[in-house]
Amino acid sequence: MRKLVIVLLLAPLCGWAAEAGYRLDSSPHDPHDLISLQAGARTYVNYCLGCHGLEFMRYGELTDLGLTEAQVRDYLMFTADKVGEPIRTVMPRKEAKSWFGVAPPDLSLAARSRSADWLYTYLRTFYRDPKTVTGWNNAVFENVAMPHALWTLQGERAYDRESRKWTEIAKGMQSSAEYDATVRDLVNFLVYVGEPAATGRKVIGIVVLYVLAILFVFTYLLKKEYWKDVK
Amino acid sequence: MASRLWSWIDSRMPSLGEEWRKHAAEYYAPKNFDFWYFFGSLALLVLVIQIVSGIFLTMNYKPDAGLAFGSVEYIMRDVPGGWIIRYIHSTGASAFFIVVYLHMFRAMLYGSHKEPRELVWIFGMLIYLTLMGEAFFGYLLPWGQMSYWGAQVIVNLFGTVPFIGPDLALWIRGDYVVSDVTLNRFFALHVIAFPLVLLGLVVVHIMALHDVGSNNPDGVDIKKYKDSSGRPLDGIPFHPYYTVKDLMGAVMFLAIFCFVMFFIPEVGGYFLEYNNFIPADPLKTPQHIAPVWYFTPYYSVLRAVPPLFHSQFPGVLAMGAAVLILFFLPWLDRSPVRSIRYRGPRYKSALAIFIVVFLILGFLGTEPTTVWGQFGFEAFFLDTKERATWAARLCTLAYFLFFILMPWYTARDKVKPVPERVTH
Repeated sequence: MRKLVIVLLLAPLCGWAAEAGYRLDSSPHDPHDLISLQAGARTYVNYCLGCHGLEFMRYGELTDLGLTEAQVRDYLMFTADKVGEPIRTVMPRKEAKSWFGVAPPDLSLAARSRSADWLYTYLRTFYRDPKTVTGWNNAVFENVAMPHALWTLQGERAYDRESRKWTEIAKGMQSSAEYDATVRDLVNFLVYVGEPAATGRKVIGIVVLYVLAILFVFTYLLKKEYWKDVK
Repeated sequence: MASRLWSWIDSRMPSLGEEWRKHAAEYYAPKNFDFWYFFGSLALLVLVIQIVSGIFLTMNYKPDAGLAFGSVEYIMRDVPGGWIIRYIHSTGASAFFIVVYLHMFRAMLYGSHKEPRELVWIFGMLIYLTLMGEAFFGYLLPWGQMSYWGAQVIVNLFGTVPFIGPDLALWIRGDYVVSDVTLNRFFALHVIAFPLVLLGLVVVHIMALHDVGSNNPDGVDIKKYKDSSGRPLDGIPFHPYYTVKDLMGAVMFLAIFCFVMFFIPEVGGYFLEYNNFIPADPLKTPQHIAPVWYFTPYYSVLRAVPPLFHSQFPGVLAMGAAVLILFFLPWLDRSPVRSIRYRGPRYKSALAIFIVVFLILGFLGTEPTTVWGQFGFEAFFLDTKERATWAARLCTLAYFLFFILMPWYTARDKVKPVPERVTH
């Protein structure tokens, strides 16, 4: 729906931005799929939280994903003592900057600033590159400072920028389809973290629009009644 | 009970009743208002929405460079219903400009700026200018990357003024770069100074309108034909006729407003820019800085004008002129008729071209100048080969010609005879 509106808004202007760089895959995430969100949260705390915090999100809020507070405390809460605390990384920013050249950014709003499609593609397009400091490069984000954090899952691949061809170097713990699903869940989680109110707001929106539709009928009839003597 | 209370008030403060009669119950408005006449009352509605939602936002927002970005996210996540308030305000900002642009377009369609309503137009233009300032100051407050760099770019425009420029920019910012000092003063201007001016101007705009009476889609004067008691034959009291009609319009508007706010609050990056979800970083300039959509036609004009003697000032002048030239519309328009219904082909086509040009400029302003690629050939006059820059130049030229040639083409247009009374 959102895409349709944008297309309609832009159609008369006929201005299409030139597609530069790597073509983004459409992210298949589903914000209503709680199992996927929980899996995404698990991947996040195990593979991402070491460097990237979610400082605008509190551990306690993860109960939105169908988990109990005890489950959050036992399985997800690695960097805090109380569930009311924000999901912070323990990596010190100053040292992180000297290690990577740039401090790993907080990802609370990554899905809103980058888009789900970007994240979904980016996390699946790391490749081996001996010319970089970390030994890793990325097809979407060239010369990114971040190494491939999920490489044990995806394995190692090589990529030729000229021919745009991928070749496998070493297998990971997951098959290609399993890895896509892992990234889908992770992106799903990050989209949720970007705006926890998003799912609820659409439900409220439907109710509000119904109320306004009924109100419109009444105001229309009221106007008609008053205006019947205007000739 | 209600009538006794009313007579109690009326005997002590008769001016209340007088004002009500003057501006509503006995204000005679033409009976043939069409769709375009909803936008005046809707602009008032959006103003109220913005003030009320703004008050609630200030209860949790922190005007501090270290805390501002986080406080907006705090509103979005931890304040109960905070996200609703924030989206009302962000959607309202864009809605305000949509409604105001359509309201101004209505004036150009039906000649509402023409004699005797020049002052109504002038006060309206002052509202528009104030609204631009209000929107600009407000946009810095979330302290995202676009907030920060957008403000940096706009303030630097003042820096291009010869001689006093750098001091002027320093005076506006209060610092050598956009900083906490800037954020604090923009907050003060956004939440109190400009809203006060805005409210005052809206009152004067309506007073000026009610003194001369509303125009209508036929552009005829309804005061020419009155009944025995002195009421215009083609007029109806604003209350209850237009209050109930505008109520209907308001509900329709709110439905569209709520659809945007609950389902597509970012509107694909046009109402809320994606880069503004990244906290302001004074050391990292974004690759592409674009203002919010409602400023982009003027931003295009700015970029279209080539620098002179290494100064961007000509572009800044052109941008300022593009806004200020609208003030002169009542005197540039020499047509003997008001409404588009009785105007000739010249004004009709000029207005149509103007709207298309305005939209193209608006679109180009949201995109980098490389959006349409480059010309494939060399020529001595091509200082830049970007197609979009040349398109913006042509559109800028057309934008100004619409106004500069207006006295000529409106005076010589083949107009149709205007009826004595309003038609349906």
